Amino acid sequence: MKNLIEVKNIKKNYGKKEAVKGISFNVEEDEILGLLGPNGSGKTTTIGMLLGLLKPTSGQIFINHLKLEENRIEILEMINFISPYIELPKKLTVKQNLYVYSKLYKVKNIKERIEYLSEKLRIEELLNSITGELSSGQKNRVSLAKALVNEPKVLLLDEPTASLDPEVGDFVRTFLEEYKKEKKISILLASHNMNEVTRLCKSVLMMKNGEIIDQGKPEDLITKHGRTNLEEVFLKLSRSKSEFN
Amino acid sequence: MSLTRIYGLFLRHFYLITRSFPRILDLVYWPSIQITLWGFISNFFATHTTYYNNAVGVILTCAILYDFLFRTSIGFNMLFLEEIWSRNFTNLFIAPMRIGEILTSLVITALIRSLIGLVPAILLTSPLFGISILDLGIFLFFLFLSLYIFGITLGILVSSGLLRFGPSFENIAWSTMFLLAPFGCIYYPIETLPEIFQKIAYVLPLVYIFEEARNILINQTVNIENVYYAFIWNAFYFSLSITLFYYSFNAAKNKGTLINMGE
Repeated sequence: MKNLIEVKNIKKNYGKKEAVKGISFNVEEDEILGLLGPNGSGKTTTIGMLLGLLKPTSGQIFINHLKLEENRIEILEMINFISPYIELPKKLTVKQNLYVYSKLYKVKNIKERIEYLSEKLRIEELLNSITGELSSGQKNRVSLAKALVNEPKVLLLDEPTASLDPEVGDFVRTFLEEYKKEKKISILLASHNMNEVTRLCKSVLMMKNGEIIDQGKPEDLITKHGRTNLEEVFLKLSRSKSEFN
Repeated sequence: MSLTRIYGLFLRHFYLITRSFPRILDLVYWPSIQITLWGFISNFFATHTTYYNNAVGVILTCAILYDFLFRTSIGFNMLFLEEIWSRNFTNLFIAPMRIGEILTSLVITALIRSLIGLVPAILLTSPLFGISILDLGIFLFFLFLSLYIFGITLGILVSSGLLRFGPSFENIAWSTMFLLAPFGCIYYPIETLPEIFQKIAYVLPLVYIFEEARNILINQTVNIENVYYAFIWNAFYFSLSITLFYYSFNAAKNKGTLINMGE
């Protein structure tokens, strides 16, 4: 399997504060990698650097073997991002938003692409609705449609199911599983929902204070730390770093 | 009534103001600018009561020109601020768009927005006041073009500030035009300003544009030098604003502003 994301010893300092302290990892094609860690552990900073929104203090990032620093536009054409903390313009209809972003990503066959995503994400009836008037679950599916409009090879997800009810959350997880399987894309998933991570991720990275403090398959980490589920492993690692160094 | 709660809410705003230099600046310069601008206008009219006697509509024409500049600049800033308010900012900057593409798109949109406001204003002045801004002739085009370039330049400069400092720079966005108004000599000749202010005014394209508008309407002559100098200074400030925007974009990538557009 080829690596679609390669992160080599990236660091990010804000003045004297070290937000990310030289981390390295790869995400293979057709893989979902979980990025776990308590708040302030450096997950969002890492995602920001992968998106080109933040410049690493040192280190290198390659997406589909292209160096991010030198190929920003080419790389942004093949990745996308979803987060509950960013939204689409509220006054536009869903269809207008998807059309605008299709144009920004130079999507060919825009009509077919919007129809395909609308059907897959069950938003056909929302296309003419004002985006700002949608429920959280509906907005989430529309944001997902926007994130897939360019058929990304790499998808970065920051808490994609936060604040969703169990039914919608399950729908989104099932969709992501099937979409990844069908398109062979790489997904980096930052989440605080350990059941979600256990279900979706082939392997996980545990971050704390800007460092990767452990990594592996969810089931292997559970066995290694003598716990019954990933949440217990998360709590153990979050509360005590020293015993794992 | 609870004094504790009142004090608590006061603190919420006080902390916000004291942690943001643009907000402090905003509080300080508004009154100063208003007093300065109206001081010069009053001074001029008190000592030159007959200046506009033979040119009805000069003030109105200058007001329309100034409004076009104001709308272009604010229009550009609004487009940028809309992305911040709608929390769409990050989506825009992770789209595969070059900075040049973003700026060009905003420049074109700002022009259309300004024209939508300008055309009705021009049409209204004729039936309501018997005045036509078209009296400026072919040079009207050059004056508008010059104002448009300067309006866009100010918009790019303010957007650079928004990129670098975040939404706290928003207040500056609303007031840049008022900050420059006293030096722009919109309603009075440059000689009205004290010598030190004249030196500042001469390095802005505004003074050449408004001096020329008055010259055409009052003296019925054209001083091509004014148009030329307006374009020269515009070229300088436009280049500066583009450079600053790229610098701010890189600074924002170092600082993290692009993913952290909060208060």
